[in-house]
Amino acid sequence: MGFAWTLVALAVVLALAWRFLGSYLAAVYQGRLTFLGWVERPVYRLLGVEPDAEQSWQRYAGALIVFSGVAVLLTYLLIRVQGSLPLNPQHLGAVPPALSWNTAVSFVTNTNWQNYAGESTMSYLSQMAALTVQQFVSAAVGIAVAVALVRGFARRGSPTIGNFWVDLVRGVLYVLVPIAFLAGIVFVGQGAVQTLAGPAVVHNHLTGFTQTIARGPVGFMEAIKELGTNGGGFFNANGAHPFENPTGVTNLLSVILILCIPVALTYAFGKMVGSVRQGAALLAAMGVIFCAWLAFTTVAESQPNPAVTASHAVAQHHGNMEGKESRFGPQSSSLYNVASTQTSTGSVDASADSFTPMGGFGMLTGMMLGEVSPGGVGSGLYTILLFAIITVFIGGLMIGRTPEYLGKKIQSREVKLAALAVLVMPIVVVAFTAVAVSVHAGRGGPLNSGPHGFTEILYAFTSQANNNGSAFAGLSGNSAFYNVAGGIAMLLGRFAIIVPTLALAGALAAKQVVPAGLGTFRTDKPLFVGLLIGVILIVGGLTFFPAAALGPLVEQFSHGRLF
Amino acid sequence: MAPPTGRSDRPSRQPDQPHGVAQARGLFDREILGQAAIAAVVKLDPRVQVRNPVMFVVLVGSVVTLAETIAHPSTFTISITVWLVLTVLFANFAEAVAEGRGKAQADTLRRMRSETEARLVAADGTETRVAASELARGDVVVCEAGDLIPSDGEIIEGIASVDESAITGESAPVIRESGGDRSAVTGGTRVLSDRIVVRITAERGKTFLDRMIGLVEGADRRKTPNEIALTILLAALTLVFLPVVVALEPFGRFSGATVSVVVLVALLVCLIPTTIGALLSAIGIAGMDRLVQRNVLALSGRAVEAAGDVQTLLLDKTGTITLGNRMAATFTPVAGVDERRLAEAAQLASLADETPEGRSIVVLAKERFDVRERDLGADHVFVPFSATTRMSGLDMDGVQVRKGAAEAIRRWVTDQGGTVPDDLDGIVEGYARAGSTPLVVAEGPEVLGTIELKDVVKEGIRERFDQLRAVGIRTVMITGDNPLTAAAIAQEAGVDDFLAEATPEAKMELIKAEQAGGKLVAMTGDGTNDAPALAQADVGVAMNSGTTAAKEAGNMVDLDSNPTKLIDIVEVGKQLLITRGALTTFSIANDVAKYFAIIPALFVSTYPQLHALDIMRLHSAQSAVLSAVIFNALVIVALIPLALRGVRFRPAGASAILRRNVLLYGVGGVIVPFVFIKLIDLFLTATRWY
Amino acid sequence: MLLHLRRSLVAALFFLVLCGLAYPLAGTGLAQVAFHHQANGSIGANGSSLIGQQWTGPRWFQGRPSATVGPTGSPSPYDAMASGASNLGPRSKVLASHVAARAAALRKEGITPTAGLVTSSGSGLDPDISPAAAYAQVGAVARARHLPVAAVRRLVTSHISPAQLGFLGEPVVNVLSLNEALASLR
Repeated sequence: MGFAWTLVALAVVLALAWRFLGSYLAAVYQGRLTFLGWVERPVYRLLGVEPDAEQSWQRYAGALIVFSGVAVLLTYLLIRVQGSLPLNPQHLGAVPPALSWNTAVSFVTNTNWQNYAGESTMSYLSQMAALTVQQFVSAAVGIAVAVALVRGFARRGSPTIGNFWVDLVRGVLYVLVPIAFLAGIVFVGQGAVQTLAGPAVVHNHLTGFTQTIARGPVGFMEAIKELGTNGGGFFNANGAHPFENPTGVTNLLSVILILCIPVALTYAFGKMVGSVRQGAALLAAMGVIFCAWLAFTTVAESQPNPAVTASHAVAQHHGNMEGKESRFGPQSSSLYNVASTQTSTGSVDASADSFTPMGGFGMLTGMMLGEVSPGGVGSGLYTILLFAIITVFIGGLMIGRTPEYLGKKIQSREVKLAALAVLVMPIVVVAFTAVAVSVHAGRGGPLNSGPHGFTEILYAFTSQANNNGSAFAGLSGNSAFYNVAGGIAMLLGRFAIIVPTLALAGALAAKQVVPAGLGTFRTDKPLFVGLLIGVILIVGGLTFFPAAALGPLVEQFSHGRLF
Repeated sequence: MAPPTGRSDRPSRQPDQPHGVAQARGLFDREILGQAAIAAVVKLDPRVQVRNPVMFVVLVGSVVTLAETIAHPSTFTISITVWLVLTVLFANFAEAVAEGRGKAQADTLRRMRSETEARLVAADGTETRVAASELARGDVVVCEAGDLIPSDGEIIEGIASVDESAITGESAPVIRESGGDRSAVTGGTRVLSDRIVVRITAERGKTFLDRMIGLVEGADRRKTPNEIALTILLAALTLVFLPVVVALEPFGRFSGATVSVVVLVALLVCLIPTTIGALLSAIGIAGMDRLVQRNVLALSGRAVEAAGDVQTLLLDKTGTITLGNRMAATFTPVAGVDERRLAEAAQLASLADETPEGRSIVVLAKERFDVRERDLGADHVFVPFSATTRMSGLDMDGVQVRKGAAEAIRRWVTDQGGTVPDDLDGIVEGYARAGSTPLVVAEGPEVLGTIELKDVVKEGIRERFDQLRAVGIRTVMITGDNPLTAAAIAQEAGVDDFLAEATPEAKMELIKAEQAGGKLVAMTGDGTNDAPALAQADVGVAMNSGTTAAKEAGNMVDLDSNPTKLIDIVEVGKQLLITRGALTTFSIANDVAKYFAIIPALFVSTYPQLHALDIMRLHSAQSAVLSAVIFNALVIVALIPLALRGVRFRPAGASAILRRNVLLYGVGGVIVPFVFIKLIDLFLTATRWY
Repeated sequence: MLLHLRRSLVAALFFLVLCGLAYPLAGTGLAQVAFHHQANGSIGANGSSLIGQQWTGPRWFQGRPSATVGPTGSPSPYDAMASGASNLGPRSKVLASHVAARAAALRKEGITPTAGLVTSSGSGLDPDISPAAAYAQVGAVARARHLPVAAVRRLVTSHISPAQLGFLGEPVVNVLSLNEALASLR
């Protein structure tokens, strides 16, 4: 019963976020809000940016790429030299090169794949100035791309799609910092640590047990980790760690933070293109997929763990408890992990590796669908818009019209760009997994044997190509092979999608608008929502069915067998 | 007022009855099928195949399995190879059938072109006989009754009746005369009477006939924008399935399974959208073909596609919405005049009037009052209609009877010292408001009353417009009438809007305004002054009877010169797009079942537990793979008729059409292969193939 | 390109100062003032109430099995410098044997195992057990400490923290506070 109320609370808060955060986002990116102008103006002066001067898609993309490149470099350098920098109470040394590369790319691409254990690898300064910074900035970049694409739909005959620097700065200043700061207070109030004092040594007088407890500036990092759908936690155990996610309240708050911006962006989208119903249709498609996956995964995790069953040692009345925290249990853990894999977050409050075959399948396939339900901050919206374009193209053909979406004709250029952007991810996942299972360095990664080992590798590249960052953590990712290959997969998964998306924004912005008529395929109706869901499922299903068959499906069907 | 002859007053035809050039070829003519079978093999040439990325992959795949077969021959590998080659052949066959139908039409046309002699007139007036094929643009030829007109041209002297049945299939001769809008003649048509002098307007080898032959043959067929977009999507799908399938080899090896290359190729071919890939070009060719069957020549495939997108139709009132001519409907006498007297006078005034309007007045008078056509005395004089007097009539026995425009009669009566009754204005205005044309009748200085000439809206046209509205197309009636009249007819016919007192400039402005609003516009036209608007419109259908300028400006030519065709053209365009969309959906939806057939088969030796995915319970791994491949090949053949005929288009709202097609081709596309793969598997088992 | 580069550098530094220093330091300042106890790890006399500890022997209520691994790679339960789960898959033979061994050990102490007592937690530092897991140990603890079973049971009942707000998360028993209370139980 309690879980049902959790869902009700979540739904209510998200509904409010959709309406109010949504219109706030629209106001921010349309430049209608200026109350932080006193911070903005000096920043633009510093950057040498004329805030009203807009950019073509090429310049927008150029600025984004160069900025991200600089961010990778800076992050890399910071963690390479952390040993010589302050705020390093554990005197941790430099992060090794391959791991630094992987980590820098990971945080800049909003992936937050972690081939390291935070508490024993990163100094406090690294966690703050290298990683937390990118958790803000990469999220703002994602929203900027989505907003640029939305402008493409909203405008007619425009050569520009906005100004990257303005979108970036406004995203951080008006949206991410204020919300994260408020949420950070709640995290700390509930028990998340926030200190620069270094590890604490405690002694239990009752048992004589002595324990050194890692601490750090955790609570406020946790807020942006979830809000920016980043997922990179301070500790190795991520959201399962009591200092990151101490209570049921913070668990729900995390889920709300993960989902609120992606959900609200659909409202902002509707607002900006002049029809909230259009945004509601996208949200409906997202919501249907999310609810289906949540139900599927929750039911799966409420089943017994097959390995535990096989030991004949214990009755599992409440489902699979391996890798789960007592305070969350299978249901809240499913909610958290589904929310994080249906977005680009990837944080976990329970070990994904130890989920039941179908529970793990739920997390894995959530990412395989392209993370559109509701997807990462910005990336969710722009990815589902790419799917919408393909849906409209096929649907439009079926009613005998050159397809149009929001009045923009979808022609060969748009189809080319959308298809390219949608297909990059599956190709990267499949190709990298194929290489990993073929080379010695890759085969050495998985902790588990049998199909689960295959799933661990598949999961790793699915997660990185989708910029998710969640892991079947049994995989030893901190090897030269996985660090380098993963870094490339993350870069491709981010920028090989963003660049065509921005090109699409440019192409759409330049177009005129075709007025809607009776013969127009209505994209704010249930039929479109159904078709969109169908296209998302078919594309994901067709590309990943064989791989999924060899991983979680085999595991599921292997009744009574252990590996 | 005089109606144009030689156009539009022919009865409109049922659009689904093919005639003219496209006559008499059934969907599957035996001869065409035979030639197509040969062409299918010829098209195996890789240089041809590479143009279709999807089928090219199949061809390459079949080469791979062939190599594998040679290395390790077995029933299985041989069967797969054969069926892969058949898949390519079926695709080629589909295209060849579509092309073959065009070729057959082209042959008929070509026969007409051959061996015509021309009588070339030199500058000094001397005549020489030359072969038609030697005529150059600007040459002047003379044609007399019985001659074939050697090339396209413009009459510069004379008038003749011409039999154009060779091109239009229409047996009634048409009048062609120098000057005006009916001066164009087409090579290959025959002069039936009189003598005309023609200036050749076509370059050598570029006559209308040549162009037509090229078009129906599909010789210079280019991919249309929408076809390109779809090809990109299909290529992208093919591109993603390639790594998906190739990766199964290492995936399998990691899992301890050896995956056969033949099975991987089979899986790849089953997954890539071969159905639509095989039929795509056939659909395009067949779309053009369907237009030809309706006697419309599209000068580009792009225009056919655009027709499906048209949101605004500009339709000429006369001939499209109304029958060509107005008909007398009522007599309204002014106060104090007997209606019968008016009818008699009206009939008298019209006896000499051979225009359909004039005839209709005579007929109406006879019907209403049984007024017989009187024998006229010897001393009668007809007064024909002239542009200056704007009236016509008869002078007989000292009585002058006139009918004409209200203003003209008013002037005539007052000139004779008569007075105009007070109630006339009211009657005239009332008619105009109702969309009729009033003709005032006067006998000497006395105004008798008014004849109401009514436009007769074609039967069924209102329903047609309702259908168009349902599919989201706005109809605009173009007329030279005054706004009041136009509004009334527009109301009666059910068009959405009208342009009254239309001039070519006003038409052009309307098109530009619609296009500025992002709409695609289609129109028909025949006159030289229509040419700019025809060129501006997205779909400009020129009447074959029209001027050369008009035909060159438009992107379609209607051989029947029937403006109502525009509606058919739009439907053909929509049908073309729907067919593509439906088969794409079907093709992709098919993949689900194929996965369920092949994936369990692929890994069954390593993971027998994957048998759970074999929901069709197929006989064996090999029969499962082979059944999927056979289904994949046969479905192409099964869908050729659909591709050629086009899926059924019923005018309805977008949602209704979409819902129907998603159900039929999407959901159906998921279910059908499950059934047929199972049946093929049963058949293979029963015949002990396995 | 050069312009992009210059702007990128300036922007990166600006965000480093704003998001990497100002934001976490302001947060730390606020947290240290407003939530001093929580911000420093909720540490009491015998350890942190949020970080689980290893309790051995039947005299104490035992927590969840911990899969944390020490710096040398060997098992080091409740190592709060190396949080983590077992990451063993749902059809792992290793997991099955671990579970069987843990269950056998519990049975030897006279405890009927519950799922939570034989499965390792997600963080390896779970400070809580389910009420059922606590009740399951009542008999064994009472026997070892020669305490009346009813008194120990009452102690457990009084230490159950219900789900937050009645619906968030699961009801749990904090092992440290339960054992602290147990130590003072006469």
